[in-house]
Amino acid sequence: MKHAIFRSLTLLPWLALAAGCAVAPDVTPPKSAMSIELRGTGDLGLVIERETGSVQIINTTQQKTLAAIQGLGDLSHASVVFSRDERYAYVFGRDGGLTKVDLLTQTIDKRIIQGGNSIGGAISQDGSIIAVSNYEPGGVKLFDSQTLEQIADIPAEYAPGKFSKTVGLVDAPGHRFVFSLYDGGEIWLVDASNRSDIKTTRYQNVGLQPYDALMSPDGRYYVAGLFGEDGMARLDLWHPESGVTRILQDYGKGEAKMPVYKMPHLEGWAIAGNQAFFPAVGRNEVLVMDMNTWQLTGKIPVHGQPVFVMAQPDNRHVWVNFALPHNDTVQVIDTESHQIVRQLTPGKGVLHMEFTPRGEQVWLSVRDENQLQVYDTLSGKLLKQLPAQAPSGIFFSARAHETGL
Amino acid sequence: MSGLHLFDSTTAFFVNRLASMKIIFGVLISLLFLSVFAYADAPEDTRQKEIQHLIRHDCGSCHGLTRKGGLGPDLLPERLQTIAADALFATIKFGRPGTPMPPWQDFFTDDEIHWIVEQLQEGRE
Ligand code: HEC
Repeated sequence: MKHAIFRSLTLLPWLALAAGCAVAPDVTPPKSAMSIELRGTGDLGLVIERETGSVQIINTTQQKTLAAIQGLGDLSHASVVFSRDERYAYVFGRDGGLTKVDLLTQTIDKRIIQGGNSIGGAISQDGSIIAVSNYEPGGVKLFDSQTLEQIADIPAEYAPGKFSKTVGLVDAPGHRFVFSLYDGGEIWLVDASNRSDIKTTRYQNVGLQPYDALMSPDGRYYVAGLFGEDGMARLDLWHPESGVTRILQDYGKGEAKMPVYKMPHLEGWAIAGNQAFFPAVGRNEVLVMDMNTWQLTGKIPVHGQPVFVMAQPDNRHVWVNFALPHNDTVQVIDTESHQIVRQLTPGKGVLHMEFTPRGEQVWLSVRDENQLQVYDTLSGKLLKQLPAQAPSGIFFSARAHETGL
Repeated sequence: MSGLHLFDSTTAFFVNRLASMKIIFGVLISLLFLSVFAYADAPEDTRQKEIQHLIRHDCGSCHGLTRKGGLGPDLLPERLQTIAADALFATIKFGRPGTPMPPWQDFFTDDEIHWIVEQLQEGRE
């Protein structure tokens, strides 16, 4: 209710301003518009409220909710990418919805249903193309980021008549996208530099059931986690001709795995110096790998099965949340000593963590408490609690400038 | 590369073997239970709410919030009604080794799992 009122107050002047600009861009805005605050979007973000199919626009400077936008459909497992000007957020919903949200006018700019069951997306290096990864029918579709018109359809047909769920879709330098085939055990590299001639390279037999993937921050290495076997599959985008290499193959051989109650996410793979921290599958461990040798250098015992392992932007600490039944806890690991230096219990259903661009705050979504919690990363103090309906993903606009997010 | 591939299929073979053995075992066990408890005793109200919440969110993270499918298959009544209730019971209780479907026996009693199967097959929220 509060949001609705707030929105109707702020929306009108903005529309007035927008309309004024469209007609005569260099005329001084009308007086009523002058009185409202002009602003950038660099400290804004989007929070997914999956229960209600809505998103909140939040401001990390003021630590408050600016608006709630309804009507985005089934948002379980929804994710978001941002336009390079950080004005628009593209929300990928489970029901195949692709929604373009305007952070300034706090409205839905465009919305299409592009597929049956989508799982995530990416935006191209130049911001002109949105790629969406679909489970049903399995494949990836490309859209113009302004109009949301379809540019290409890339069905993940790994054997005649067999389509795979696609996972781990990321953007890569050179107007490329990379994704993995969960059922097909393949990695596909898509070159979208020429819209009328999209080229796809297939890497087969990369391993059983790739479930998610990540890009190193410089956009060089694409690494897919394997659910069906130990190890990971790595593609070096500086040398795509060299094929996919298996890494960490010997890790955990012969050890019994525990059941996995929530698939870990690799998106937040934390790379601090030469070390990469990432979640072990089916084990209460965070793994540490040397990025020069691609060898495992440490296993850090943690409170439960990790879901997200995220490095603070200054790389000093790594924050970890957990799968059921340990999803009420967050642990903070020192990247130097590998010790757990802090443990928080924000409440049941800690689903996601997002750092402000320079890392002084971290925002947590606590689903079962219907809360967003903001912590000071230095002191670990709780700064703010904000109401949200079963919040899941939190996405800040600074992602616009990060490859692979 | 081909050596690698061979190795994979052997692993997969064993995993599958193990999986089917466990499923058969699971079905046997569940038949045993079924004969004892012919009808699922519905859980208490508050527990029902808890379980419904769990189905929605925690099963939902793989099967979709609205059960339309995700990494796991859809759990919609039209399809689930074509599968025997005891097979579903066994899948939920013991999971399916070799796939991401985990066992839920530490979270629910058998009665609760029977009740979950009913909820799913009848498409109740
Ligand atoms: C970590 C992911 C994950 C979670 C969480 C999960 N499932 Fe599954 N589930 C799967 C996968 C994957 C399959 C398919 C297994 C296969 O390939 O045989 C499956 C299969 C099933 C099936 C069999 C469907 C069929 O068509 O035979 C049922 C029933 C089921 N799950 C119920 C549940 C319930 C109930 C919950 C929550 C208590 C749950 N699942 C949670 C991944 C999951």
